[in-house]
Amino acid sequence: MTETIVFTLNGKPMMADVDCRLHLADFLRHTLKLTGTHVGCEHGVCGACNILVDGRSMRSCLMLAVQVDGAVIETIEGLTESGKIADLQSEFVARNALQCGYCTPGVLATATELLEQTAPTREEIRDALSGNYCRCTGYHAIVDAIEAVVKKRQAAP
Amino acid sequence: MTAADTKSDTMTGAPIPRREAARLVAGKGHYTDDIDVAGLLHVAFLRSPYPHARIDRIDVAAAQDMPGVVAVLTAADLARVCAPWQTKLALLPSHVSPLQSPLADGEACWQGEAVVAVVAATRALAEDAAERVTIEWSELPAIPDMTSAAAPGAPPVNSAMANNLGLDHAITTGDPDAAFRDAAVVVEHDFSFDRQTGVTLEPRVILAEFDPRLGQLTVHHSHQVPHQMRDVFAAQLKLPLAKVRVVTPDVGGAFGLKIAAYPDEMAVAAIAVLLGRPVKFCADRLESFISDNHAREATVKGRMAVDAEGKLLAMDLSVVSGFGAYSAYPRGSVGEALQAVMMAAAPYRMKSLRGRVRGYFQNKPPSGVLRAVGQPIATTVTEQLLDLAAQKLNLDPAEIRRRNYIDAAAVAARSAGGVVLSELSLERCHDRLLKLMDYDALRRDQQSLRKAGVYRGVGLAAFIEQTAVGPQLYGPQNVRASAQETCRLTLEPDGSLTCASSITDQGQGTRTALTQIVADELGVDIDTVQITTGDTQSTPFGGGAWASRGAALGGEAALRAARRLKQSVLTIAASLLQAETSALRLSGGVISNTAGLPQMTIADIAATASFKAHLVPLGELPPLEITESFAPRELPYVAANGIQAAYVEVDPELGTIRVLGFWVVDDCGRVINPLLVDEQIRGGVVQGIGAALYEQCIYSTDGQLENGSLADYLVPMAGEMPDIFIAHMETPTSATTLGARGVGEAGTVGAAAALWTAVNDALAPFGAVMTVQPFTPERVLDRIALAGTPPHDL
Repeated sequence: MTETIVFTLNGKPMMADVDCRLHLADFLRHTLKLTGTHVGCEHGVCGACNILVDGRSMRSCLMLAVQVDGAVIETIEGLTESGKIADLQSEFVARNALQCGYCTPGVLATATELLEQTAPTREEIRDALSGNYCRCTGYHAIVDAIEAVVKKRQAAP
Repeated sequence: MTAADTKSDTMTGAPIPRREAARLVAGKGHYTDDIDVAGLLHVAFLRSPYPHARIDRIDVAAAQDMPGVVAVLTAADLARVCAPWQTKLALLPSHVSPLQSPLADGEACWQGEAVVAVVAATRALAEDAAERVTIEWSELPAIPDMTSAAAPGAPPVNSAMANNLGLDHAITTGDPDAAFRDAAVVVEHDFSFDRQTGVTLEPRVILAEFDPRLGQLTVHHSHQVPHQMRDVFAAQLKLPLAKVRVVTPDVGGAFGLKIAAYPDEMAVAAIAVLLGRPVKFCADRLESFISDNHAREATVKGRMAVDAEGKLLAMDLSVVSGFGAYSAYPRGSVGEALQAVMMAAAPYRMKSLRGRVRGYFQNKPPSGVLRAVGQPIATTVTEQLLDLAAQKLNLDPAEIRRRNYIDAAAVAARSAGGVVLSELSLERCHDRLLKLMDYDALRRDQQSLRKAGVYRGVGLAAFIEQTAVGPQLYGPQNVRASAQETCRLTLEPDGSLTCASSITDQGQGTRTALTQIVADELGVDIDTVQITTGDTQSTPFGGGAWASRGAALGGEAALRAARRLKQSVLTIAASLLQAETSALRLSGGVISNTAGLPQMTIADIAATASFKAHLVPLGELPPLEITESFAPRELPYVAANGIQAAYVEVDPELGTIRVLGFWVVDDCGRVINPLLVDEQIRGGVVQGIGAALYEQCIYSTDGQLENGSLADYLVPMAGEMPDIFIAHMETPTSATTLGARGVGEAGTVGAAAALWTAVNDALAPFGAVMTVQPFTPERVLDRIALAGTPPHDL
């Protein structure tokens, strides 16, 4: 059984016929070939599949593709292309806040949303990241990178 | 000019960001599941729901008729193309693991063992069809825990085995009986380490393609050791080695979990050969928990003898280790238990050691390699017993360690367990750590807070890490795991460099480290050095990533290749310039004379040698493609050392533990890139904290995994983890020109031990000592209740 959905993907209008049981992460990865979104658990725990849905970070593995009808979706590909998190991405690179990189797009989606709020403290950053598992880094450098962006964005005119 | 200024001239030692990182943060990673191939089929496995059962009949007819299904395959089908295998270790003939095949053949020996493979157009259709397979089972007695596996007359885990004992090994050094008899203080404690699993965020994934016209198998594999897997696939599928190519693209975490040859992955390669079609398998998280190798499950009875001055005299250890249903292929499952004894008290002077190790098969997933193999167990037991001894002697935990460090600064030494040590810096690391953490201030805080009913603990853990492991580990066991790393360095016609290395990189940053080394040794801009890894077709044969070897051994091979290539370049330059080779310098890609005047560039040499070789006035053109290999052949490994500290708070009402701070002083020899080294240590520490506080595979008495989801198996999260402060001692090893020791496992070797000593230090006013890892709130409360003493001043 398929359904037709209309939504905005990375700034562009999209229409697609999707299998009703297809989850959003698989739809992005396998149908649209946007493989920057990763699948780590498919039960909403690890955060590797986090993307932005209407500006909020969401588990794309816990949503069905049909549920994004009418929604605005941003994946790591779109966030990168728009340049809106370029500062965050370069801070991650400079501080080596990633190793295998599998969790990173999901972490960046969470951080994108977090950074739109009032300047979070180090503790608040750690708290916000607790829905994103990283098995490689030990988190310290990720927190450092986000904290550095908070400070730089505050200092910016 | 200061030392720091000198350093900034070179790449080595500089915090150079990884090139891959820019790609990965943009979502442009290229992991195995991201690869699509025309006509790709997908595999779903039907796995045994029983920990032990006979397979009486399999009916696949209904499944075969389901939409999109191409094949439904059983053990007999795959036996046509894939030979069975058996894990054997030449030095341990009593370690007998039954024959294994890609799919369970007649008998399933753990809950999660793959039994039927469904191949279909999509994974979803394959899963739909798998539900229509009917298997008639006869349940057999299940032996999930080590105690029942060891019981006299216990039914065997696998009907091909006589009993469940897979290893019984004893060592004695010195005179432990006399040491315990004469000791001023003897302490003893029981330790138990729950089963864990690696939980790589990217699960195991494999995509196999077979071209029947060429007889060529190409496997894209989320794996650490492509050259090993090429050897394994070729042997089991009876293909010439030259007809097998294994590629490891970006790998989303490995930690030792992705070092084994897994039966279900062998099945995928076999299916590709059988069907002549490309097939992919990506483990989902639920099947990862029941099919990835597990690790760590062990109990240890430990005793320690200490004299009146706190000098360590002897240890006596009895280790029991759980192997699971099979010994992991091809490296075996014995490492955890053997290392737990061998590494005991490795940082300390101690003359006598008695160790007995037994390992039992169980109806559980095989246990295998997990970061630091056995070393965390040895470190935990040693450090906790030292603290108990210090308590009896009324010595400060830092002081008892300070009195016992082995003196291996200048001359080589051997620990009681036989660990070869040289050029260590334990005392310097110790002193640096106490300053870094402000040990005395933390002790003062601890004392004053206790009066307010706040229970904090400071824990120390000194450690030795086996790094840069050479051929003496697996070679004598006849295990075909290469310990040699090779670099093939090519000067391209445009003057750029291509460095093809046998090491692999799952995010450690070894690729970056190698480009730094090549750029420095050769004297070229780092941006002109390209690196290739993780493809058996384009890289030379070698080990891959295991046992903290990449930068130390792969780096040494790269350094040696760069030196020889530089010699070739300068020889050609000298002949063209009619100068002495020794009078020329190569720096920043420019060749200068003794006066420092630029003469030509490396690109000029490359172009001349590639296209106008007739102009070079030399009888023979020196090679511009150099291959160098390195493996430590004199030493079994290069020991690194360090010390870690944890500061924790235990809530005696809730049983919860908060880690307030963590410090590490590590000596991995020459630090090639501190950005990489620090993240290796921090990541390793967090895995050790996870082991001590959260991670456990909980099995029911009848052999079912009860917490096999990421919601129920707890791993460390950002909110619970402390900031981790790191400092380095740099004592280059003389075993290599490069001087780098490994660092990949350092954090994990000691972190759990630091948590043990810290938590038990916090619990000291209650007279309670933890015995079972992880320290769940229930276990903490149980120990406090069992101790039965109201908190008292110490």
